[in-house]
Amino acid sequence: MTARPTRRVRSGVGDIRLRRLLLQLAVVLVTVAAGVYLFGNVQRNLQQLGITPGFDFLRHPASFAIGESSIPYQATDPYGRAFLAGLVNTLRVAVLGVVLATAVGVVAGLARLSANGLVRLLASLYVELTRNTPLLLQLFFWYGAIVYTLPPASQALALPGSVFLMNRGLVLPAPRPGPGFPTAVAILGLALVAAVTAYRILLRKRLEEGRETRPGLVALGLLAAGGLAAVILPAGPALVLERPQLARFNFQGGLMLSAEFTALLLALVIYTGAFIAEVVRGGVLAVPRGQWEAARSLGLSPFLVQRLVVFPQALRIIVPPLTSQYLNLIKNSSLAMAVAFPDLLNVSSTIVNQTGRTLEMLLLVGATYLAFSLLTSLLMNLYNRSLRRGVA
Amino acid sequence: MVFLSLRRIRLATAALVAAVALVAAACSSGGSQPAGSSGGGSGGSGGTGDQAGQSRLQVVLSRGKLICGVNGQLPGFSYLDPSGQMTGFDADFCRAIAAALFDDPNAVEFRPLSAQERFTAVQSGEVDVLIRNTTWTLGRDTVNGMEFLPTTFYDGGGVMVRKDRNVKSLADLDGATICVLSGTTNEMVLTDRMRALGASFTPKTFEDADQLYATYESGGCDAVTSDKSQLAGRRAVLSDPDNHVILDEMLSKEPLGPAVKNNDSTWFDVVKWIVFATIQAEEFGINSQNVDQFKNSDNPDIRRFLGVEGELGKGLGISNDFAYRVIKHVGNYGEIYERNLGPDTPFKLERGLNELWTNGGLLYSPPFR
Repeated sequence: MTARPTRRVRSGVGDIRLRRLLLQLAVVLVTVAAGVYLFGNVQRNLQQLGITPGFDFLRHPASFAIGESSIPYQATDPYGRAFLAGLVNTLRVAVLGVVLATAVGVVAGLARLSANGLVRLLASLYVELTRNTPLLLQLFFWYGAIVYTLPPASQALALPGSVFLMNRGLVLPAPRPGPGFPTAVAILGLALVAAVTAYRILLRKRLEEGRETRPGLVALGLLAAGGLAAVILPAGPALVLERPQLARFNFQGGLMLSAEFTALLLALVIYTGAFIAEVVRGGVLAVPRGQWEAARSLGLSPFLVQRLVVFPQALRIIVPPLTSQYLNLIKNSSLAMAVAFPDLLNVSSTIVNQTGRTLEMLLLVGATYLAFSLLTSLLMNLYNRSLRRGVA
Repeated sequence: MVFLSLRRIRLATAALVAAVALVAAACSSGGSQPAGSSGGGSGGSGGTGDQAGQSRLQVVLSRGKLICGVNGQLPGFSYLDPSGQMTGFDADFCRAIAAALFDDPNAVEFRPLSAQERFTAVQSGEVDVLIRNTTWTLGRDTVNGMEFLPTTFYDGGGVMVRKDRNVKSLADLDGATICVLSGTTNEMVLTDRMRALGASFTPKTFEDADQLYATYESGGCDAVTSDKSQLAGRRAVLSDPDNHVILDEMLSKEPLGPAVKNNDSTWFDVVKWIVFATIQAEEFGINSQNVDQFKNSDNPDIRRFLGVEGELGKGLGISNDFAYRVIKHVGNYGEIYERNLGPDTPFKLERGLNELWTNGGLLYSPPFR
């Protein structure tokens, strides 16, 4: 069917632009027709089942609890808020994951290029091992390593400083604002402003007058003085440590880093880190050899060669594939369900099961992940453009 | 599209006209299509229209086997035994339907489904019937586009804890971490009950039952909530079953039974009366051993029930002796229960509410007349 129209068009119209236009039009028509057919099909089937689609249910009370939430959430809150709680959990793991995976990836990528044979070998082992095994398997491995090998809450390992390690995760003393908190924040703010201003003024002086004014050192000194003042001056302590206490079943108070969250974060960071390492290695290797040699012949130290000459050029090559790795990490965070971490998808599937709103939630979840991905792409593309402008 | 100049618009219009003409020509030359204007659309809807007019019964009969959605991870209800056979209470009801339709209890394809997948599997017609310890609720009966059949197992929500935790009632679980399968009614029930008690808890929601019980065993959570029958089934396969107790408290009513897709009363009736046949057989005292002798019974009720007389099966669109086939191959309700959940099994579940109405239970079949 597709062969015939094109042949007929060719025989009738010679204009190559018209032919291209026709082809595009045909694609658009087919796509629209397929869309209309699918939409009609879904509607017919839903009607036959007696299901009326709609998003009203998001306002109804959810009446299920969520294991850990970064925003206040209760079972009496509506489904919409439960969805939001899951979304924030996904964001938390995704943002932390992206930052940590970048750090791991850059270190591992440079280590693979190291002159030291042992470092190179270790980095290669890490990259090849994690890159060539499935993420889900690794996730189960980390979850298992935490949950099945660490002791239960009642026999938690007590680490120095009221830190406890057990199969439910890590509990830390949580800093809470104390009576002196507002004063301390004000002092620190002032110190920061002073440091930035001093740095700018001194830097300009150095550039204009050619004198060594040490802007960095002065700014650092100001910040240190501000920090000291923030500790001494306020009437009460700025931060109070809330120590975790073992209750009947679990630790109460403090900051809990749950086993589920930790396992998911570890798996995502280590897995994506290996891919980022390869991206970084490729980027660095792509910088022409002459650039290294030229930089070294200027007498720059190996560190400065990397920082001032190689990395800026490598970044232009690294950023586009890096974006893909970030997108992968964000989407892979949906494997959370395998270890019972209440992320966006996990919470949504509970909502689906309670309300039967499969289609609506699929659309909502799909749109959310799409929005995350597009936003990441946008930010990375902006960054990429600023890099190109800076170099060119 | 944004950059269209006037000249391009003219070109585009010409192209559009040409394309429409081509589509129309292609469709009418297709021959089989009834109308040229919306060829693709009407052809498609014609196909689904047939599908919609046809009962699932015809689909199953012409396929020659039943596709039955089961749990597959739940000992006692549906579980792969060491020989690779799907065994259990739910699995036997799948076999009962196959026996009634094909005179062959093995004409079943078991489709293990997670709690997540099950409703979509019914809605989309991936399975003919869902027999997967699914609680009958109003919401699922309406919004989910399903139709629930007579309850085959009256269950209740419960909680299992380690014995050494010294938990006597739900209120003692204040502050505990409780594992639950996502997509179950238990999740909601537990939240409601704990709220009423003013007790707090941390839920851990798993999608996979094996993962859940492994976490529970290693102390990752203090308790598990589920239907009591499930807890009993799962406790039997824990490494140290005697160290776990199921609290006496009944958290909720959980009537479990088969479900089929909405708005197909032909198929609905068939499955419904096959389930009733197992109950009625027990009431008559007919089992797989003595069913052949009952064929010679003088009792007209029994003769109609077994298809010796009358045309009860024909009304359903299946064989008149469907009840005979069910009893002969799979047995009556009592036999199915004893075989899978009774005192001779590791689960040792009391019949309780699942006794016949004549014995003080809730099982009751409308008359086969």
